[in-house]
Amino acid sequence: MSVDTGPAATTRREPATASPPRRRRRNLTGLLFVLPFLLAYALFLGWPLVGGLISSLTDASLASGEARFVGLDNYAEAVGDPAVWQALWVTVKFTLLSTPLLVAVGLVMALLTNHLSPGRWLWRLAFFAPYVLPSTVVTMIFVWILQPDFGLADGLLAGLGIDADIGWLTEPNTAMVSVVLTTVWWTVGFNFLLYLAGLQAIPHHLYEAAELDGATWWDKLWRITLPMLRRTTGLVVVLQLLASLKIFDQFYLMTGGGPEHATRPVIQYMYQTGFTNFRIGYASAISYILFALILVVAVAQVRLFRPREEAS
Amino acid sequence: MTLHETDRRADPRPSGGRGDDTPPSPPPSRRRRFRPGALLLFVITALLAALWLLPLAWAFLTSVKPEAETTAIPLRWFPTEFTLDAYRTVLDGGHFWLWLFNSLLTATVVTVLVVVLCTMAAYGFSRTDFPGKRALFAITLVGIMVPPQVLIVPLFDQMVLLNMVDTYWGIILPQIVTPAMVFILKKFFDGIPRELEEAALMDGARRWRIYWQIILPLSRPVIAAVAIFTFITTWNNFLWPFIVSTDPQFMTLPVGLAAIESGYGLRFARVMASAVLAGLPLLVLFVLFQRQVVRGVAHTGLSGQ
Repeated sequence: MSVDTGPAATTRREPATASPPRRRRRNLTGLLFVLPFLLAYALFLGWPLVGGLISSLTDASLASGEARFVGLDNYAEAVGDPAVWQALWVTVKFTLLSTPLLVAVGLVMALLTNHLSPGRWLWRLAFFAPYVLPSTVVTMIFVWILQPDFGLADGLLAGLGIDADIGWLTEPNTAMVSVVLTTVWWTVGFNFLLYLAGLQAIPHHLYEAAELDGATWWDKLWRITLPMLRRTTGLVVVLQLLASLKIFDQFYLMTGGGPEHATRPVIQYMYQTGFTNFRIGYASAISYILFALILVVAVAQVRLFRPREEAS
Repeated sequence: MTLHETDRRADPRPSGGRGDDTPPSPPPSRRRRFRPGALLLFVITALLAALWLLPLAWAFLTSVKPEAETTAIPLRWFPTEFTLDAYRTVLDGGHFWLWLFNSLLTATVVTVLVVVLCTMAAYGFSRTDFPGKRALFAITLVGIMVPPQVLIVPLFDQMVLLNMVDTYWGIILPQIVTPAMVFILKKFFDGIPRELEEAALMDGARRWRIYWQIILPLSRPVIAAVAIFTFITTWNNFLWPFIVSTDPQFMTLPVGLAAIESGYGLRFARVMASAVLAGLPLLVLFVLFQRQVVRGVAHTGLSGQ
């Protein structure tokens, strides 16, 4: 990360050498500005970060006070724990199912509304409004819609003459699909906005030149628009991967991780290990493994998208 | 690489404008003319928008039905008799008002603390000089990489130690550490011309006055975006309040609703009435502050990850 202190440092050095006492006082002032934040940071981010690392090396438990140092045992156990692998597999499945939909739907929404100036705010309202709702509200609505027989989903299918005997939330595979569809409805508005911004950034003369060459809208879409949006798509994919690793709310609230843990994400397993089985040490080790995975993706993201950051 | 070069050359907006004003106005050069496909485009978009609004509409329609009509087969769209019974039940019984108050209180306090702490820190990092500044800023940036979700287990342990389980502070304090906001605000402060404060410094103004009277007023739009975004994310946060509050007395609205949802059994008019009540404040906030919400989300969604 480039710490941009260059100009500030040079402008200030000059008068400072002229009057050392004044500089010292100013130094103290600067520190006072950042101190309250750093104090909160140390207490509520630094402490648990270090505390978690330490307890991941112990057999700490909520049930008993004593914690024994066990080295890397917790990590070794996690690597051999089928439940950890199952939870990671849930994340992988969720990512594979949700990402293409989130990309495609977000892109279509942006392409449709980009030049549709009447009612622009209305489209944005419709597509983005779900994003500002709490996960509890979203899942309450979808659990209701997905009720067997009298739910809206089955009701609409029945209207089409399809007798859908689908346990939307009770069969392992359909439960996963239900959570994916709910998530797409809830969060695609964010990708829609990213794509809209991407579309606005495509220089207009490219299209004008293509029109002179007699390009159809199909040519323009495939030769100009989609290639120019490649970076946005990359960003959407990485952000979704990060979100999938951290997912908890929708699964917990819609399926409780069931049936048979088929939709239990990593955070939920970690939570149950810590708070249901009281194994704080082991739960901390799982947290750190998850943290490592998230860091790998986040660092990859920073590397991939650095140039654009600097351009802005 | 070439792609972004072209981007930059062709983007007529001033630097820093990129991506932050997502409510995009059509390029001025675009002539409006009627194309035959336009109507089709409009119809498809309207259908998609309707599909996206359908769950919200269905939730509302369910909430104003008499309980017996909600599970009718075949499905009926509208109630035979419009009723607010479900709302009355939700508001009269249980903890609804208390949870609403808890959400309002915690989200407001978190927002105020985040704005105060982060603007101060951003000002310190952007405009002052002190030993260790680079290192401290680097530590702040590292914090952006730490997802709050992975801290819940040790954080709960810490709350037990500090006696903060089932307290407002237990919900609030862990949510005020938002290094991404410091980063966003510092970036904005860096863009404010220095001449203004250099002049004030010459006049003998103190740092605090410059922060309060020059930097903050000039940063109103970005502060509004940070504040609204923080308020919404705190209001909506489920995982942490869910873990740190076991006593219904201290639950926020999303946590409380999740806890009682099963208690309503199959009385879906009530479930939907509580969903509508819990979602409405956010939808109103969004409609009123669409620009700031969109800007806040776009900003933090990108730099905050």
